[in-house]
Amino acid sequence: MHVGLEHYLAVSALLFCLGLLGVVLRRNLLVMYMSLELMLNAANLVLVAFSRFNHNLNGQVLVFFIITVAAAEVAVGLALIVALCRKRQTAHVEDLTTMKL
Amino acid sequence: MIYALLTWLILFLPLFAAAGITLFTLRWRTLSALLSIGAIVIGFILTVALTLSVHLGTPNYWTSTESITNWLTIGNLSVDFGLKLDRLSLMMMLIVTGVGGAIHIYSFGYMHADRGFSRFFACLSLFTFSMLGIVLANNFLMMFIFWELVGVSSYLLIGFWYEKPSAADAAKKAFFTNRLGDFGFLLGILVAWSMLHSLSFTTLQQTLAANPAALGTAASIAGLLIFCGAMGKSAQFPLHVWLPDAMEGPTPVSALIHAATMVAAGVYMLCRTLFLFNATALHIIAYIGVFTALLAALIAVQQNDIKRILAYSTLSQLGYMVMAVGLAGPTPAMFHLTTHAFFKALLFLGAGSVIHALNEEQDIWKMGGLCKKMGITFWTFLVGTLALSGVPPFSGFYSKDSILAQALEQKNYPLFTLGAAVAGLTTFYMFRLFYVAFVGKPRTEAAGHAHESPAVMTGPLIVLAVFAVIGGIIPISEIYLSQFDAQKSAIPLVQRIIEPFTASPVGALIGIAFVAVGFLAARILYQNAATDPLPAKLGGLATAMKNRFYFDEIYEATFIRAHDSIAAVFDFIDRWVVDWFCLGLVRGGTDFSGRALRLMQTGNLQTYAFLFVLGVAAVLWFVLGR
Repeated sequence: MHVGLEHYLAVSALLFCLGLLGVVLRRNLLVMYMSLELMLNAANLVLVAFSRFNHNLNGQVLVFFIITVAAAEVAVGLALIVALCRKRQTAHVEDLTTMKL
Repeated sequence: MIYALLTWLILFLPLFAAAGITLFTLRWRTLSALLSIGAIVIGFILTVALTLSVHLGTPNYWTSTESITNWLTIGNLSVDFGLKLDRLSLMMMLIVTGVGGAIHIYSFGYMHADRGFSRFFACLSLFTFSMLGIVLANNFLMMFIFWELVGVSSYLLIGFWYEKPSAADAAKKAFFTNRLGDFGFLLGILVAWSMLHSLSFTTLQQTLAANPAALGTAASIAGLLIFCGAMGKSAQFPLHVWLPDAMEGPTPVSALIHAATMVAAGVYMLCRTLFLFNATALHIIAYIGVFTALLAALIAVQQNDIKRILAYSTLSQLGYMVMAVGLAGPTPAMFHLTTHAFFKALLFLGAGSVIHALNEEQDIWKMGGLCKKMGITFWTFLVGTLALSGVPPFSGFYSKDSILAQALEQKNYPLFTLGAAVAGLTTFYMFRLFYVAFVGKPRTEAAGHAHESPAVMTGPLIVLAVFAVIGGIIPISEIYLSQFDAQKSAIPLVQRIIEPFTASPVGALIGIAFVAVGFLAARILYQNAATDPLPAKLGGLATAMKNRFYFDEIYEATFIRAHDSIAAVFDFIDRWVVDWFCLGLVRGGTDFSGRALRLMQTGNLQTYAFLFVLGVAAVLWFVLGR
């Protein structure tokens, strides 16, 4: 079977939707955060696929940047979540509604 | 140059006094009074100096000067703020500062016990400033501004005792009635401006002199509209109702504003702008004047409040002046205005002295026998009464006779007859007042214990009495003559004393005959009267007179009622249509949508994320899917 661009795009879309569902439906902050990473990587996959099929390396370079930034973002985000858990003794998103008036 | 400077100084001194009192010296009563009195007395001295330098200098050295500064320019309309100094305004300034000064000094005694002493003097000074502004104005707009300022200061002074509901109501009534007239005045000014493209009196006069038909068909309308202003200020029928009520103010105010100066502003304005009026307008003005004179004189016959009698007599005399203007005789009008300022201020101040002595008692039937208790007040009041009645050789005789002579000269016999009859009525009601209040026995305890007022009050009385006597003999009318009619030459003193008899013997003799009849009738009816004998003799007519011919009631039932119902309709529209329907709907809609949108802010991260995704999906569908 020949693996074409469509297959990559389909996998990527699947991953993205899984991530989205995770963010919207799961209640645990850490799980939501992992789902977020999943969506990010779905986007990376699309970039790499397009890069490969269009013979253009710009996409791959962009992916490296995204991975680097995502690593930094994870460091900050996890730190925030840990701080929040210490303060509130919960990682449950429904308990964090202080933004409501 | 020095004239211009002095004139500006005279105009603004009272304003400085008013501002100074209001801002700094309200706590120091005497200082406030001195500031105010000082301003007007200095003004008077400067005015006298100006007059002497004019009169003693070469006679025709200057007849009129104007000092003008440009005030505002809008498009091609340029308005000056200028002072017009000529014989007319100079004489009027003498009256305002002279009579006004006497009244200021008198107020120092009369108002001494009042809590608002400083405020009173601040208002008096503001009034003096506004009145001088009217007198000196060289264009219609400036005159109108000061005209309104006079209205405001009159409102403040009538409502001086604002705790009294009657005083507050009278102040409102005066202000509204004046505003009604001023509306016409403003329209008249606009008509004149739109036709002649100028507001300056000098320019207007030149334009009309060059082309008498410049106003075209609007001439009568413009004249009558401008007369509306005078109708309000000078309290002519049908806007006469405010003046008697204005007597709720302190007596010096009645003397200053509602007898000597402010009510004269209308007549002064008519004389100043006489060139605008055509024959038709003047004819109507003359008849309104004589009708007011007659009406007010009839009402005065049956009033019992000493100040109201004087108020109606003021109305009646103003009617005379307006009639004189209507007969194209500004000289007699201004002459009568001047003498009237002397003797009416005198009468009011005399009445104030009586009221003061009797602990605020104003009903003449509760007085009596005051001639022995209050010598100076009695004699000066007698002088005022004789002058007002027009007994020779008091000042009122000369000025009243000059008006009657003017009517004869114009061959207007109906006006002459009515005018002479009013002179008789005037004598009758004044001597009724005189006999009841001053002669006979005291009718009440208070009248028995009355005592003479202090010198600060009797002093002005004596000064004014002197002028009420000699006002007709000193060359007042000459100065007005030289202003309005340059051809007539001056006459020597001796000839001036007998002038009424030589110039127009018929008029003078008929006038004196009516005065004699009025005096005799008053003497017979009231010399020893315990109660008023007239109601029994006249029946319904006396009741009508006593009730001021029901003008207030008629106005109440028609204009005020109509006004109230229109106001009620608009109140309904405002309350229910605008407030409830329009505003309520908008407010309610906003409130409702706000409440609905608030539900979307849950504070839950996942809701936001979900909405976010929905939004992205919608955008994607919008961009790609359609």
